[in-house]
Amino acid sequence: MLIKLLIANRGEISCRIIKTAKRMGIHTVALYSDADADALHVQMADEAVHIGPPPSKDSYLQAERIIEVARKVGADMIHPGYGFLSENAHFARLCEDNQIVFVGPPVPAIDAMGSKSAAKKIMEAAGVPLVPGYHGEDQSAALLKQHADEMGYPVLLKAAAGGGGKGMRQVHSSSEFEHALAAAKREAMASFNDDIMLVEKYLTQPRHVEIQVFCDMHGNGVYLFERDCSVQRRHQKVIEEAPAPGMTEALRSQMGEAALKAAAAIGYVGAGTVEFLLDTDGSFYFMEMNTRLQVEHPVTEMISGQDLVEWQLRVASGEELPLSQDELQINGHAFEARIYAEDPNNEFLPATGVLNFLQPPEESEYVRVDTGVRQGDKVSVYYDPMIAKLIVWDEDRPKALRRLVKALSEYRVKGVTTNIDFLYNLANTKAFKQAQLDTAFIDKHQSEIFLQNEDDLASLLPLAALYIVLNQEQGPQSLNSQDLYSPWQNLTAWRANATHIQGLEIQIHDQVHAVQVSRLNSGPQASYQITGQGFNVQCQGQVKGDVLTAVIDGHRQKITISHPADGEQGCSLYTQHSALHFKQKLPDLGLLDADAHGGGLTAPMNGTIVNLMVNPGDSVEKGQVLVIMEAMKMEHSLKAPSAGKVVEFFYQSGELVDGGAELLSFEAAES
Amino acid sequence: MPRIESKINTKSQEFAANVEHMQAQVNDLREKVAQIRQGGGEHANKRHTDRGKLLPRERINALLDPGAPFLELSQLAAWQVYEDYVPAAGLIAGIGRVSGVECMIVANDATVKGGTYYPLTVKKHLRAQTIAEQNNLPCIYLVDSGGANLPRQDDVFPDREHFGRIFYNQANMSAANIPQIAVVMGSCTAGGAYVPAMADESIIVKEQGTIFLGGPPLVRAATGEVVTAEELGGGDVHCRTSGVADYLANNDHHALKLARDAVARLNRTKTVSLNLTQPQDPLYEASEVYGIIPKDSRQQYDVREIIARIVDGSEFDEFKALYGSTLVCGFARIFGYPVGIVANNGILFSESAQKGAHFIELCAQRKIPLVFLQNITGFMVGKQYEAGGIAKHGAKMVTAVACAKVPKFTVLIGGSFGAGNYGMCGRAYDPRFLFMWPNARISVMGGEQAAGVLAQVKRDQKARTGETWSQEDEKAFKQPIIDDYEHQGHPYYASARLWDDGVIDPADTRQVLGLSLSAALNKPLEDTRFGVFRM
Repeated sequence: MLIKLLIANRGEISCRIIKTAKRMGIHTVALYSDADADALHVQMADEAVHIGPPPSKDSYLQAERIIEVARKVGADMIHPGYGFLSENAHFARLCEDNQIVFVGPPVPAIDAMGSKSAAKKIMEAAGVPLVPGYHGEDQSAALLKQHADEMGYPVLLKAAAGGGGKGMRQVHSSSEFEHALAAAKREAMASFNDDIMLVEKYLTQPRHVEIQVFCDMHGNGVYLFERDCSVQRRHQKVIEEAPAPGMTEALRSQMGEAALKAAAAIGYVGAGTVEFLLDTDGSFYFMEMNTRLQVEHPVTEMISGQDLVEWQLRVASGEELPLSQDELQINGHAFEARIYAEDPNNEFLPATGVLNFLQPPEESEYVRVDTGVRQGDKVSVYYDPMIAKLIVWDEDRPKALRRLVKALSEYRVKGVTTNIDFLYNLANTKAFKQAQLDTAFIDKHQSEIFLQNEDDLASLLPLAALYIVLNQEQGPQSLNSQDLYSPWQNLTAWRANATHIQGLEIQIHDQVHAVQVSRLNSGPQASYQITGQGFNVQCQGQVKGDVLTAVIDGHRQKITISHPADGEQGCSLYTQHSALHFKQKLPDLGLLDADAHGGGLTAPMNGTIVNLMVNPGDSVEKGQVLVIMEAMKMEHSLKAPSAGKVVEFFYQSGELVDGGAELLSFEAAES
Repeated sequence: MPRIESKINTKSQEFAANVEHMQAQVNDLREKVAQIRQGGGEHANKRHTDRGKLLPRERINALLDPGAPFLELSQLAAWQVYEDYVPAAGLIAGIGRVSGVECMIVANDATVKGGTYYPLTVKKHLRAQTIAEQNNLPCIYLVDSGGANLPRQDDVFPDREHFGRIFYNQANMSAANIPQIAVVMGSCTAGGAYVPAMADESIIVKEQGTIFLGGPPLVRAATGEVVTAEELGGGDVHCRTSGVADYLANNDHHALKLARDAVARLNRTKTVSLNLTQPQDPLYEASEVYGIIPKDSRQQYDVREIIARIVDGSEFDEFKALYGSTLVCGFARIFGYPVGIVANNGILFSESAQKGAHFIELCAQRKIPLVFLQNITGFMVGKQYEAGGIAKHGAKMVTAVACAKVPKFTVLIGGSFGAGNYGMCGRAYDPRFLFMWPNARISVMGGEQAAGVLAQVKRDQKARTGETWSQEDEKAFKQPIIDDYEHQGHPYYASARLWDDGVIDPADTRQVLGLSLSAALNKPLEDTRFGVFRM
């Protein structure tokens, strides 16, 4: 076995690889940028080498420099992890040229799968099923319709030059076809000056099911079953699971064989994933092949009992696959939820900040947490804001799902906005429990996941209010007083000859809800009347540690609370069915108005400055675009708040900025 | 410590009838207070809030620590005194915890006659200052007032205990390091301008607060100068130019935040020289008091039943239990504070008066605060008692009460008549706080007795001239006197005129005494020097 492994990556996957390497007695070398000097993966590795400034393009994507480091430290092998250089043929080639083993497939395999359309052609030739479609040059309406009729409705018409939904039409029947084609062509012509159309079968409820394959250099190949990654938002996987619910043995082996055929077609070696769209009728179509270890590989490890990184290292060292197809078995069910620093209520924009409190659920044979951060670490703008992968396993799907829900409610992260509540609500939807999965899952169940139903709020708001008041009662005691038992310390809002009605403003996402709370009696068995839009309830409760026991109109429940950290307001409640993130809106002190006369403009989210649209000193009109930012592959314009001029820009184009950073100073014109 | 074993049958018809009777009085009190808490009414409140201002009670809520209690004083001030409706005398006063410090809060209610000062508004403001001074409580004035009520200037302006005394008090409290903080949240005109000007620190809300000696109309009349209120005395002028105010707030909430910050940096510590224990609830429900107080006020009951529902663990160590039994004296704790309790259990005799004087001496010597539970028709009269020196024995108790420098707290739980009021620490004897139950009555003597005395005098006159006086005529003569006494002895009448610090729900007595005791401890306990006791 080779003895020195360089990991050309960072964060969670570096740590994951180091763990296995350590167990195998392999010496590890980590890389770090300026931003990662003290990162967990650096601490865990036997050696670590500085690679450059924080932006990935100057550090983790510096192929030549990484090779240089590998040579200098005498690494025999480079594991690229996922992302960064993992599917970069140039980098794989550099490794080869320098006699360093690249833990991944051979260069031609990477090349082959690098282009989606080329990959599809190879797969078609190899007999791997593709989404039926017509990509030909003959654009006669009759021919297009004939293809559509053959593949069966619905079909999707797409402008070949298209993008952004322009020139795209769903067609549900043969009779609609001509009309839709004409409309799509007109739109395509107007948008792209090109009206060439593609026709593809439109899958109404497709699932994303992928097969994990593994091949060695000796011609052996196995598939380690499937993963269902249907639950996605903007093409990013949210919760993955294995095995896929409802999968039959027959379909599994059909898909597995197809995946192996795909791998064989390109002479694949190592770990790879073949992604398919699975239609409701059991037909499946090749989408793409990922020539690396996937983020979601742990669910496969959990149900197969194998360590895929170990397999990778052994295969890369020239060993045969540890097990044959017959020896592989599925045991139980596993889920992976990706814990992200992002704001699900604000288009999943990435969040940044310091993880000033981080407490994952306790790990066990059922719960696994793969992470690359510790408490006190910073989630920066430079890298993917994933905090951890929460992986759970149990004997069957319902049991594993219960584990997932519980573990999510125990996950405590402070300092940055996370998607934990979103995941909790998603995992608690009826549809998810019943495994009614498809790639539009989140859109379909949006109101349930984002608690947009009045009834949900009416049952959750009293809990939030009760928690605020109970917490307030345990509020700060007077310091500098020897009057230890003073009744002035009883924060139960006692009033002479009257019941105090406390008005609370509870903010959920960007909605503010007014709630009134009155304490009906004093003493330890106090009860409260809580009223608001759509509810008027009597409650009692107490908070012990992170459990709120609440009795609302005679219904007793235990609710897990994620308390706010010092200096923070947000707080989450996890009931049996849903998670509610809320904060108490504090009175407006008018501090913003005070600055409104001039001041600056701030970045609405983390992102990159694309362009400065005016010069400092130029007079601008109200609403004129001053700066264009890009985040999450979307452009956002920042406009002048009034007529005036930009005094100074604080960033140049190309620079990364944190959400909330002041971008420029603006001087309003005298009105 | 020995416990009081209650002998009350809470299942009896009598108990139920008493509860019903007291509950009706408490309900009436709460209804009145609920109305008073509405301030100047819906219309005036709306006009106030439409200007972006908080209502005075909202201001206080925002000023207090979240969830902190507020011991509001004299809610019934000016109740049915003036032809005008002046709820709470247009001024809210009370003690509340601000940034962990117990403070006296005085807030004008501009929804009530523009927050102008009626005579009783002045009295209430001064009483709040007196409490602050006696208990060493920082003062926070939330100013929003048009100043003196001009039609009543003769009862507001000239005398010693009138408007000017407010500023005298501010100066002298400031001198005693009792901080004076003013928050100008509305107008602050003429004499009122001295509230922020005399304050240690003052905060003003921009575009809301104004401070000037003469408002725009007066300026125009006097000099012809035309000027807006904001130009004349707005926050900007006073924070940037005149220096009359120190901090400029953006809005009410901001101003109150600044006031909280100001209190937080007062550098105050609270030292307590009492021997404290962990508080315990009484063994019996406080609300059972309702069933103990007889519907017929002439009926006797054992005051220990009341004590059992006020003190920690219902524990009461009675002093001289076997002697002078019409006065119950003993040691107990309220919220962990040691107290000496002096409670009437019948008419005062020489023995009971001597025992009371002795017990008060003990508490003063040991620096134990005193709680008086007043239910007294007076000292015993008659030849035997006068000859026994009841006057001098009563005088001993009055001397003891008058001189005792430990904090004293008085609750009128029943009658407060005649010299009994003196011996039991009535208003004139400077208790730190004095509260009344809704069933209490206060007058120089009972209505029946007064009518009886006056009828006797009348009958004697008639006898001298040989006139006869029918029973009906005598009754007709007595009834108006009885009615007058009943009317003027009623707690609302008393509270309206600031003879007390408020009418309280009997079930709240422990809470109110606890808050009062704790507030009083802000002032270090003093040594007592007694006057000459007539032996």
